[in-house]
Amino acid sequence: MDDSINFVVFSGTDDKLQALAVMSAGAAALEKKVNIFLQYWALDAFSKARIDQDHGLAPEAGAEGRAKVDALAKAGQASWMDTLRMARELGGIDIQACSLSMDLLGLEESDLDPLVDGVEGVTAFYLNAGDGQIVFI
Amino acid sequence: MADQQVDARGKNCPMPIVLTAKAVKALVSGQTLEVLATDPGSVKDFAAWSKTTGNEIIEQTTDAGVFRFVMKKK
Repeated sequence: MDDSINFVVFSGTDDKLQALAVMSAGAAALEKKVNIFLQYWALDAFSKARIDQDHGLAPEAGAEGRAKVDALAKAGQASWMDTLRMARELGGIDIQACSLSMDLLGLEESDLDPLVDGVEGVTAFYLNAGDGQIVFI
Repeated sequence: MADQQVDARGKNCPMPIVLTAKAVKALVSGQTLEVLATDPGSVKDFAAWSKTTGNEIIEQTTDAGVFRFVMKKK
């Protein structure tokens, strides 16, 4: 579909996942189709065992960045998982786990948070992305 | 008086738009939704959302940092 936006998510820190959630929610509100492909540490963050834990921030955040992120959260900013959950209710968001990363992390589909719709390989991801833009986070 | 209200005051981007999109989904064509928001990106975001989705902004006011929009479902 031409009007899709497709996120390949590699990083599993809370700030990058927040960026993913905000970009996805905005696209879903605009009635775009959103495909999210979770790899490596992003996939790890979507496991049932890890989703509610602190996933840290990107190295460039530093102590000052940490304080700013904490302040916004304390002021009531929705977490990335809550933002994604709400955005999914709009429809149009599909979240898939990369099958290679599932093997890497030793995860089964039953280990993943219900936010994740399924497991697929890179070929299926490209097929679903079609001519839409692909963004790597 | 609008048919539905969304109070998104104090909520950060993209929540005002997400809540609005969700509320509009539940309306029938021609019904109206009033939204209150304080997110500083709201004016541009609601204009872009309206342009993309075709749901018209029929009223827009700003009062003491609160943006108020009335949307009509297409």
